[in-house]
Amino acid sequence: MLQLNFDPAKCTACKTQDCLVKCQYLHLDKDKAKTEMQKIINGEDSFVLHDCVTCYACEEYCKMGNHPFYLIVERQEEKNILPAPKPIIRMWINQCQPVGKFRIGKVEERALSCCFIPQFAFLATGRLFEGIASSYIYGQEFFCNAVYLHYAKMSVIKDRLPKVIENIAKLGIKELICLHDECYGTFNSLAPAYGIEVPFKTIHYFEYLYDKLKELKGEIKPLNVKVAYLRNCSTRLSPQTEHFVDDIFKLVGADRVEREYDRENALCCAEVIRMGQGYKLADDVQKRNIEDMLKAEAEYCVFNCPMCQLNIDEKVAKSGIKPIHMIDLCKMAIGEKPALET
Amino acid sequence: MTNIYERLVGIVGEGYVSNQKEERYFYSRDPGLTTPHEPDYVVMPKTTEEVQEIVKLANKEKIPIVPKGGGLALTGLVVPQRGGIVIDTKRMGKILEVNEKARYVIVEAGTTHGVLKSYLEKRYPHLRHSIPDSPPIATIVGNAVIHGQGRLAQQYGFNSDLVSGLEVVLPTGEICRIGSCSVSPYWFSKGAPLPDLTGLFLGWFGTTGIITKLALRLYPCKKMRDVMLFLIDRGELVPDIVLKLSDTEMVEDIVVNFQPLPLMLRENYNMLIYITADSDEELEFKRKMLWDTLWEYFDNRDGGFMSLPPIMKPPYLAMPSKDTTRFADVKKGGGFEYSGPIIPIEKYPVFVTKTVELASKYNLSYSTVGRVIAGGHCMMFAFAFTFNRADPDEMDRVRKALHEAAEFSIEQGGIMWKPNVDEQKMIVERMDPNTLKIMKKIKQLLDPNGIMNPGNWDISA
Amino acid sequence: MMKQYAEQIHRCFRCGYCKFPTDYSDFNCPSYARFRFDTYSTSGRLWLIYAWLQGEIEWSEHLAEILYSCTTCKNCVEQCPMKFANDIVDWIVAARSDTMEKEKGRIPPAVSSFLEDVYRLGNPLKERGRRDAWANGIKRYETGDEYLFYVGCLGSYDESGQRMARSVATLLSKAGISFGILGNEENCCGNEVYLLGENELFRVLAEKNVRKFKELGVKKVVTLSPHAYNTMRNNYPLVSNTYFEVYHYIQLLRGLLQANKIKPPRHNAKVTYHDPCFLGRYNQIYDEPREILQSIPGIELVEMERSRENSFCCGGGSGNFVTDLLAGSEESPSRIRVREAYETGAAILAVACPSCMIMLQDAIKVEDLEDKLTIKDISQVVSESL
Repeated sequence: MLQLNFDPAKCTACKTQDCLVKCQYLHLDKDKAKTEMQKIINGEDSFVLHDCVTCYACEEYCKMGNHPFYLIVERQEEKNILPAPKPIIRMWINQCQPVGKFRIGKVEERALSCCFIPQFAFLATGRLFEGIASSYIYGQEFFCNAVYLHYAKMSVIKDRLPKVIENIAKLGIKELICLHDECYGTFNSLAPAYGIEVPFKTIHYFEYLYDKLKELKGEIKPLNVKVAYLRNCSTRLSPQTEHFVDDIFKLVGADRVEREYDRENALCCAEVIRMGQGYKLADDVQKRNIEDMLKAEAEYCVFNCPMCQLNIDEKVAKSGIKPIHMIDLCKMAIGEKPALET
Repeated sequence: MTNIYERLVGIVGEGYVSNQKEERYFYSRDPGLTTPHEPDYVVMPKTTEEVQEIVKLANKEKIPIVPKGGGLALTGLVVPQRGGIVIDTKRMGKILEVNEKARYVIVEAGTTHGVLKSYLEKRYPHLRHSIPDSPPIATIVGNAVIHGQGRLAQQYGFNSDLVSGLEVVLPTGEICRIGSCSVSPYWFSKGAPLPDLTGLFLGWFGTTGIITKLALRLYPCKKMRDVMLFLIDRGELVPDIVLKLSDTEMVEDIVVNFQPLPLMLRENYNMLIYITADSDEELEFKRKMLWDTLWEYFDNRDGGFMSLPPIMKPPYLAMPSKDTTRFADVKKGGGFEYSGPIIPIEKYPVFVTKTVELASKYNLSYSTVGRVIAGGHCMMFAFAFTFNRADPDEMDRVRKALHEAAEFSIEQGGIMWKPNVDEQKMIVERMDPNTLKIMKKIKQLLDPNGIMNPGNWDISA
Repeated sequence: MMKQYAEQIHRCFRCGYCKFPTDYSDFNCPSYARFRFDTYSTSGRLWLIYAWLQGEIEWSEHLAEILYSCTTCKNCVEQCPMKFANDIVDWIVAARSDTMEKEKGRIPPAVSSFLEDVYRLGNPLKERGRRDAWANGIKRYETGDEYLFYVGCLGSYDESGQRMARSVATLLSKAGISFGILGNEENCCGNEVYLLGENELFRVLAEKNVRKFKELGVKKVVTLSPHAYNTMRNNYPLVSNTYFEVYHYIQLLRGLLQANKIKPPRHNAKVTYHDPCFLGRYNQIYDEPREILQSIPGIELVEMERSRENSFCCGGGSGNFVTDLLAGSEESPSRIRVREAYETGAAILAVACPSCMIMLQDAIKVEDLEDKLTIKDISQVVSESL
């Protein structure tokens, strides 16, 4: 039985309670945050468990590395608190169950993980992926399962993730380039939090792109564009990769606009919030986020996650900002056409 | 026989009559499970007058006639049960008139839904008709004759309700106008203020005459159309939700699916709610109103709207829906048939339960569809089973399942829509005897020689 | 494919999407448009083939006519909503091979004759003369020339085809392209033979051509006809290792215009373009011909209602430019198509295929449109403007 590596003493010793104080949705002061966190640690009910929008941010805010969000998810499941309607949760559980319809290319020791997102088949093309594009894995059997953090279903993750890791390992993969940020977060934060061993090295696709762009430096034509970066939920699980965003932007000539809802204060795409909390909050978050980008005069909105992009690219485009995936931004910088069109 | 062939050639021209095996084979069947029966001739007239001549000939020689449009009812209504002449109407495919101010279009016997859709989109983009999800070759007349339902059924009713006039060739050869067009040059009404005689032809499956022209109501076509997907996991909640949605008077179409595949749909009742608008503001207003209307279910966590990214919407928004047709290839075998009773909405949950039970009993792949009609007055529920045409055993199991489904439907107070011959018998057995008498009188009056699509609505006994 | 077709062909649901273009505006299956019995649509054909395989119907002259009247235009492939859509025309071709074998050649006489002529004379047009009789002054291919200009049967023997061939050759010369023709040593490409299901004869033709090209050291072939382009690109590799790249002249011409190697002066005309099946639906070449036309100053390009992947086949495919199985009616596809072209108001109907040229040219005459609509190959539109 997989147990969360959570140390109550760390929370007791914590001076800031940043996990809940910095929460963009709950607005707690330090004392209230401490009280509610203690309730959660004790296994008692807390409004935090009911009102959490599952943005994952507290995983980043916690300076103790004590996984407050994973604890929240565990407690939600224990208490049968539903962050989203039952049929929505059921839909996710059914949609992503392994059914033997996976696809693998000519997999070598170094391989691309396309998770269970078909858009990667188009994105992972061209010179940036020369020599590796054919070494890929795709399908529910390789799906990171992190999405169940949104739905108080840690049990599904505990059940499916070890098998996913086994499926990857038995293909002989030693180095997995995670095209989906969530996969990277799963293998580097979620798995270790439960003591699940990951017997292969993982590379975030940001790092891969950065190294590749350095190789192709001579071919880069600076884009000279102003960009906003849309940070998705799972980046909160691996904030150590965020510096690559700035590194890549610098290489390709993208000027990251200064805006309110960026970096630690970023707002996510909010579509999970829509399904869990309703349209009002989701619309508000999206409106603030896009208006913030407009105010900062961003020309492009750069997405990390294709799902975020699919969900809100039309809204972004309607506002006059061009939506683009990070990979496509890099393709443009070396003179290739973007793979995903709105 | 040769004489008949030559006389048919004399009416329509040599290229448009066949007594060859190949045509007889193909026109003996439809894509469903009805036992094939070959016609003696297949003929393709171009004008009402040619139809008239064929009917007169058939009446004189006592040869059965079966009018056929797209042949997509799937319940064998165009299979010539007693041989004879199949009249393929699709050469009569013109759009004769669009009256914008009176909001109707006049089409011919074989004009297809696809052609009309395309025509209106290009020439009258502010008008639309109620297009069904059957493939675009489905004819407007055929679809009306079987009381088909289209995307506007939730708002306005069956496609037969949307008829505003007919031209009919009677089995005895007369051509007559039905509706306002029998008195006025305008085809604005199928009956009122006159007696509504369309009831003599709609729903009769061609057993009382051949419709050669039909006027169909047109409705405003808004600039935008969107779909929302509401998931609920308790079937017993569906009827109330449907009525609540319908009561907003802001919804175009409501379709409820319950099926095991694709995985995304499994174990939930998936309610597709279609809305139209002329502006982003209107669309956004409607979206919010629908959310608010169903808020109690969301709040209770019983139901929720699933976010559909724009890239996922086109298949849901397609008219007609190709996914409906694709169900035929689930078993890689080119076949599906469904029993589609019209039911009171409150019965929806038990019908789903029955479908699942039948699928399990007969080891079949299934899908269910519930389409709301006329503001919630009733619903079309489809027990749909797919089969492999190369697997006779599977086809037989589907037949059995559909038979049981029909029996269940009628016990529950539903009535099979576009019933096959087997289902027609069940309905006739159950019918009020005096109603049956009226039907017999009408049949006798209009088709004294019993030439029109015999074997269907067989109430002569 | 032979085994596969027999195991899969029953999957057709006869839904009828194959009869239409994408917007359902009209019937887009040439044989269905001509004959109107459902048996002549793709679904009719597939159901009848299955019935024949199952022994439910016997082979007959009429069944043969139905099977061979398909022009293999691929509208059905484009429109069929099912997963097997891409295989449909392959099934029909496989069925033709199957019937040729099992029914011992009881195929339509015109088709027999077509194949017989290709076998005996090297062309389906019953021509016995030299293939290069038209080609005065055009250089023969020599090893080291950049391109082999493959002219094909229509380009060699048909008057309109010859004009097209000369027009293309002139343009290539003007642009300084190094090329030559095979002249009398050229053989039929075999595209129609393949589509008519005569596998053995196709293999012989393909292998012969590939051998010839290899002997001469041909690295690049440019074809006059999209039929030849299609078969060399897509079918030859099935039977032989191909050592050459193949292009249609449109692809070269676009490049030459973009590189200013050919600079057409102003030519004021309203033009509509007919997409040939073997460039369009078969090989997704839609933009290049349009770019060529639009690069000529003064040309106003107007599209027919059915264009690009919805182009309505001229009726010439699968050997029908000779066998003419769809002739004899005002609903013959070529006549429908020229009426559609005329409705655009264009003065010129531009084509990029000699087969389309002869089909539509004849139709213009029959439709009495000769003084209203002129048909020209794209190369002629360009070369006449120079």
